[in-house]
Parts: sequence; C-alpha cells; structure tokens
Amino acid sequence: MIEFSLWDILRNLLLATRWTLILSVIAIFGGGLIGFVLLILRLLHIKPLGVMINLYVELFQGTPLLMQLFLFYFGLALFGIDTSVWISASAALILYAAAYLTEIWSGCIRAVPKGQSLAAKSLGLNFIQELKYIIFPQAYKLSIAPTVGFLVQLIKGTALTSVIGFVELTKSASMISNVTFKPFLVFSSVALIYFVICFPISWLATRIESKMNLNTSPS
Amino acid sequence: MNIAFDFWAVFEQWPLLLTGVAWTLGLTSLSGIFGLSLGVVMAWARLEAVRPNHDLHRKKISRVLDILDKLILFYVELIRNTPFIVQLFFIFFGLPALGLRLSAEVASVLAMVINLSAYSCEIVRAGLEATPPAQVQAGESLGLKPVQIFKHVVLPPALFKVWPALVSQIIIVMLGSAVCGQISTEELSYSANLIQSRNFRAFESFITAAFIYLLLSIAIRWLLNKVGRQVIFKGMVSHD
Repeated sequence: MIEFSLWDILRNLLLATRWTLILSVIAIFGGGLIGFVLLILRLLHIKPLGVMINLYVELFQGTPLLMQLFLFYFGLALFGIDTSVWISASAALILYAAAYLTEIWSGCIRAVPKGQSLAAKSLGLNFIQELKYIIFPQAYKLSIAPTVGFLVQLIKGTALTSVIGFVELTKSASMISNVTFKPFLVFSSVALIYFVICFPISWLATRIESKMNLNTSPS
Repeated sequence: MNIAFDFWAVFEQWPLLLTGVAWTLGLTSLSGIFGLSLGVVMAWARLEAVRPNHDLHRKKISRVLDILDKLILFYVELIRNTPFIVQLFFIFFGLPALGLRLSAEVASVLAMVINLSAYSCEIVRAGLEATPPAQVQAGESLGLKPVQIFKHVVLPPALFKVWPALVSQIIIVMLGSAVCGQISTEELSYSANLIQSRNFRAFESFITAAFIYLLLSIAIRWLLNKVGRQVIFKGMVSHD
C-alpha cells in the first residue's frame, strides 16, 4: 500500500488547482463576451429582445448552478453533441456568468445619469459613438468592483463541476480523501486553497469600491 | 435527429418531488431563522467593538469586544471566500475525524446556517451603521439599557433598510441547498437524481427540478418582500 505524505496530498491538490483556475478563466472571458453582447442588445431597447434577455437572466439567476450543470451534462447529449465534462462544465459556467455579468453591467449603465445620454444625442452622436465615448467610459469605472466581486462567486461556482465529474480542486479532494482517509486534513487544505485564491480578489473588490465611493461623493 | 421528451415519466413520481420541495423549504426556513439570528448577533458585536465609548466601566469589555471583532471578521471572510460545497463536505466528511459525527440533514442545516450567517452579518452591519447617532443618544437619554436600545431603537429600522438584500441572500442559500443532495439529504435535487436513476429521463427530471426551483425562488421573494414586510415591519415607511 502506498503511503501518502502531507506533501503528496498538498502537491496533488495544488496540481488540481490549475483546472479550477483554467475553468474560471474560460468562464469569465466567455461569460464576459456573451454578457457584453447581451448588454448591447439590451441597450437597443427592442421590446421582445429585452423580454427574452430578462427571461434568460431570471432563468439562470433563479435556478441552482448545480441544476444548470446537470442540464448541460445530460441535455447537450440529447442534441447529439458529444459531451465531455469540459464542454458541459464550460458551457454551463459561461452562460451562468453571462447572465450575471449582463445584469451587473446593465445596472452600471443605468447608474450613468440620463442627461449624459440626452446630451450625446443632442450633439448628434450615433448609437455606437454615444456608447463608446459617453456611456461606457463612465459605466466602466462603476462596473470594476462588482465584476471583480462576481469573479469570486464564479471561482467558488467551479467547485460544483466536481459533481458532474470534472476533476478540479474539489473533486480531487474527494478522491484524495477517499484514498488517504484523512478527510479533515484534505478538506481544510482545500478550503485554505480556495481562500488564498478568493480572498485577495474580494479584498481588491472592496478596495476599489471604497475608492470609488470617495471619488464620487459630493464635494 | 428525433428527440422525444417524456415529462409524464417524471410527473408520475410526484410524491418524490413533493418530498424534495418539503425538504428544500424546511432546510431553507431553518437556516433562514438561525442564520439570520446569528448574523444579527455577530453584526451587533462588530458594531459595539467599533463604537467609541468613554465609559470607564465599558473599557474592560472593549478589549474582549476587539478580539471578538477580529474573530468574527476572520469567520466572515473565511466563509465568504470558500465554496459552499467545500464547507458542506468539511462538516460532513471532515468533522467526524474529530469525533463529531453528524447526520446528513444536520450537516446540511449547519452548513447553510454558517453560510447564511456570514453573509447576513455583513448585510445587517451595513444597515446598522446607517443608524443616526442621535437615535442611540435619544434611547440613552430615555434610560434604556444598551440591549434595549439595540432591540427597540437600532435593529428594526436597520433590518427594514436591508431586508431586500437579506431576502436575496436567503434565496441564494436556498438555491445553494441543491448541493446538499450530494451528501444524501433528500431535498429537491436529490429527488431529481433519484427519479432519473429510476426512469433514465435525466434531462426531463432535471429541467422539472430547475423549474420548481425557479418557482420557489419567485414565491419566496414575493412572500418575504411583500407579505413579510407588512407583517414583520408593521407600520414602517420606506424613506427612499
């Protein structure tokens, strides 16, 4: 029988951490891209399109991420797509992230005073110019803190992909704890690893937020 | 390509779904009550620690409060920066190694209470901090004890202010409870899993469960926001 030393356990957990990180990166960029497209579509103010996007957001925010993962895992296969866990986990997380990000960013754009948009129109700027030069630069600053905050939620969300068999940090923790019979040690180490990844990011988000509050407070 | 959906095979198992919904609601209400209470207590402790006091008698306990404040802050950050599933696994698989063996249901409730308490502590604290100092002074001048001031003067308007955020957090915890099925708590996602293992209708049973979750979150939001606001905060008016 092979004995696992503390270093063996930690090394394997750290090796698995990269899959958590890679999946997070895929989800945040994929979700950001789709979220941005949905944001633009929302800003066009076409009634049926807006309703559909609202429905999409409500659907993904009102159901558990775990159910979404299951649906993608079993559902994509029904449509003849060969579902590796990579594809179903990425697809579910990307759409999950897109729903949240488009909602966060819409909020930031709503926070830009209406007069700015009217002023842009009165200057004769078209839709794209208005967004590019007037709305986005102002909304962008507001959006950094909540977006960074959401990144933490997303990284924590990747832990759920372990349930459909994606071998990332949490899944390898379960596997290692099954082999070593040291669940206490393994799961505390895993919690620590997640903490080390997420805490600096949430700290950054809080810092940006308080800095923004100082800058925008009425003088 | 021909896909035939058979939702009837899922609906036939309605007693299972009903049990799942009951468990999910039970877990959510238990953790809502205890998690929120714990969150309020922790928020109060943190507020007391930062409150400047010139009272000599209070100087002694202020050091204790300082340490307590640091501990709570650590707890809150630890919980908020680790995934719920890891917290759950730690409680269910990890704690027995220390001799604390919990049933799946107790472990689920405990994990949800811990999770909700950390988030609600921060939310409630934001509400408490918005209390005008004059209101506390008014309470003091009426001769109320600190506990009475907190209970009757500070807490109700603070909770009223942050109620929507708390409701959202309770719903997030309810959705998170889907993970509890992984340690064999018989909540809704566990039922969905059981149904698909009986009839092999995986897609249909998970989409049904997802839809029920959606209905539950809409219903809970409506119930707590509209009805709860009128019942719990009778006679209060929103000033914003």
